[in-house]
Amino acid sequence: MTDLTASSALAGAQGRSLFERGERTRRRHAAEKRFRMIGLAAVVFGILALFGLLGSILTNGVSSFRQTYVALDIHLDPAKLDKAGTRDPEALRKLTTFTYQPLIKAAVDRLISEKGISIEGLGGKDAEGIISKEAPAELRRFVLADPSKIGETVRFELLADGRIDGYYKGRVTMETAKLDRNVTPEQLMLADALKAEGALTTRFNWSFFTAPDASDTRPEAAGLGVAILGSAYMMLIVLCLSLPIGVAASIYLEEFAPRNRLTDIIEVNIANLAAVPSIVFGILGLAVFINYAGLPQSAPIVGGLVLTLMTLPTIIIATRAALKAVPPSIREAALGVGASKMQSIFHHVLPLAAPGILTGTIIGLAQALGETAPLLLIGMVAFVREFPAAPPGGFFDPASALPVQVYNWTQRGDPAFIERASGAIIVLLVFLIIMNLGAIFLRRRFERRW
Amino acid sequence: MNKFVLTASAASIALVGMAGVAVARDQVQIAGSSTVLPYASIVAEAFGENTDYPTPVVESGGSGAGRKKLCEGVGENTIDIANSSSRIKQSDIDLCAQNGVKDIQEVRIGYDGIVFASDINGPEYAFTPADWHNALAAKVLKDGQLVDNPYKKWNEIRADLPDQEILAFIPGTKHGTREVFDEKVIIDGCEENGTAEALKAAGLEEKECMALRTDGVSIDIDGDYTETLARVDANKNGIGVFGLSFYQNNTDKLRVGTMGGVVPSVETIAAGEYPVSRPLYFYVKNAHLDVIPGLQEYVEFFVSDEIAGPDGPLAAYGLVSDPELAKTQEKVKNRVPMGALN
Repeated sequence: MTDLTASSALAGAQGRSLFERGERTRRRHAAEKRFRMIGLAAVVFGILALFGLLGSILTNGVSSFRQTYVALDIHLDPAKLDKAGTRDPEALRKLTTFTYQPLIKAAVDRLISEKGISIEGLGGKDAEGIISKEAPAELRRFVLADPSKIGETVRFELLADGRIDGYYKGRVTMETAKLDRNVTPEQLMLADALKAEGALTTRFNWSFFTAPDASDTRPEAAGLGVAILGSAYMMLIVLCLSLPIGVAASIYLEEFAPRNRLTDIIEVNIANLAAVPSIVFGILGLAVFINYAGLPQSAPIVGGLVLTLMTLPTIIIATRAALKAVPPSIREAALGVGASKMQSIFHHVLPLAAPGILTGTIIGLAQALGETAPLLLIGMVAFVREFPAAPPGGFFDPASALPVQVYNWTQRGDPAFIERASGAIIVLLVFLIIMNLGAIFLRRRFERRW
Repeated sequence: MNKFVLTASAASIALVGMAGVAVARDQVQIAGSSTVLPYASIVAEAFGENTDYPTPVVESGGSGAGRKKLCEGVGENTIDIANSSSRIKQSDIDLCAQNGVKDIQEVRIGYDGIVFASDINGPEYAFTPADWHNALAAKVLKDGQLVDNPYKKWNEIRADLPDQEILAFIPGTKHGTREVFDEKVIIDGCEENGTAEALKAAGLEEKECMALRTDGVSIDIDGDYTETLARVDANKNGIGVFGLSFYQNNTDKLRVGTMGGVVPSVETIAAGEYPVSRPLYFYVKNAHLDVIPGLQEYVEFFVSDEIAGPDGPLAAYGLVSDPELAKTQEKVKNRVPMGALN
């Protein structure tokens, strides 16, 4: 075929210098140039879209890693907290967070008068309003942990209200504050005055990674703690189940199984399973693990099992490819010196295929980490504030997951949650990047080519 | 590698073995309406902070889905409470009975206002239900004739409305909010502007009132209020339908329209002046009350004066507190199951 075209092209080119481009050559070159341009345009478009996405997430989300705090000296007034003076933990437990609110009000008022701040038009409830609604709960926890502190004046670093925090992040301005019924310009002026006095500071937000979710009234207190733990538990379950099952299945299919119609069907089905939409696995999980097996709702064990099913095909396909890539000469050499089939596989083939297997596993895990749809049906898309216990018992406690937290936060009414959601996306992306880098590292470092 | 595979398989076998062990649930599980979700999570958070019980787990997913889950049966792997922004249906009660869920408590937690808001920099709107029907219905009454909706701008409907194109983002049909919108705005407006009578005279049913125009002027939003807000933000002519609490959190971006001359607020809704509001409920499975620790306490805590009263955190977030709260508290204390739907 090629000979034919080449000779006919030569015949056409007769009587002309080879250095001169003929009409056809020019056309072919132009076509190639066009194709290259289209390819380049596609790449540029892809990169621009990626940068647009990353840019919007970063500009929205980076601020969630910083948080505004107010340092307050709070007098734990025995007249309010413990009238009997018994420091009885049972009696203290009965006091609700509503009892602690006046202590915060008193402390803020004292701070303002001590610093000599006077702001015209500052309403009665405005001053205490710059402190988060999480603060009374923090005080209550502190007092319950150590009732002997009652009567003392203790310095607390309390969260500032979400709107005040938003003011230092550019989300809230004096103009919007005039229209906003949750904050007044006077409160912002008070915050500025406190900042000038050093009582109000903005610093790195560790609690974003450790605190549990918070309700709609206190976006400033919401964190990813439960979600990170829940995701970690699920990944552990997925790893412990899908790696051995996937590797065992692939070794059997690749090395031992006879080639017949049955194995062909299995093979086609594994490939199909990899393409099944993830929500289908959620429906399966609800029917099998919760309704039939009676496992608890919202628990990482169910999430982990569902995601295991989802990850298995990916791992099996990657493992089989890795096993296939090991040259037959290795197996034959092992068998030739008298090794059994199992010995040849476990001593020689599997170690050589390991980098490929681990890469496939990590990519499968990364996919499972970002999955929300199947979790929707098994009750994990929920408001969860309690940390699950340590494993294995904690696998059965309710937990959230990172992508679920993103989904939940984008639905909240307070604009401060948009920032939190973008922050959570950044955390999720960082985890994914670390996992993928690990996969690349394993491949580069250990993979052998023949 | 050999050892690694062995340990991994051992771990996995241990895990699967554990899966058979039934674990007693020690936290309350709630599912249902996304409108009730913020209130339920505020209460759950406060409940966890102020008692020795763990914080309840609150799922969203919609009123209907929540009620179905409640009616799945009795047992620790079913939910205890369904939040609902509309009243339970007879079909739900039948499903419950079929699955052995007998006594259900109905708890009304308060009222939720539905507001109409546009971009903060746009003009002021003073609506009546009749305006909305005229703007969105498929067939309207014009000069005594039933015609396909001809209106393009608000001021064509009524001269004192702004000269702005009609564009509405209304909740999709899966939302409980849509039901209220249809009932309290569209149907009321239909009667008010005489279309209902004209339809009847033409031999059509009153249901025809709810048929909305399909020429892209009325857009169903199936997502949540954040999506509606984003649409209004992108299209300054648009008017969105929001919950009162959502609007109150975004007063710096939205300008609220009045309805029949009344500005929506917790006060005007409580006084019954603002017409578009609806009660919010949750439904408790009585069979779980003595089984799940903290369930009875959570229910009582929810309707206590400190939480659901007019000065509580729920009212501060935008819930209109129920004037008959004391009655509800009494009912909850005595675990009175709901009777037949009337």
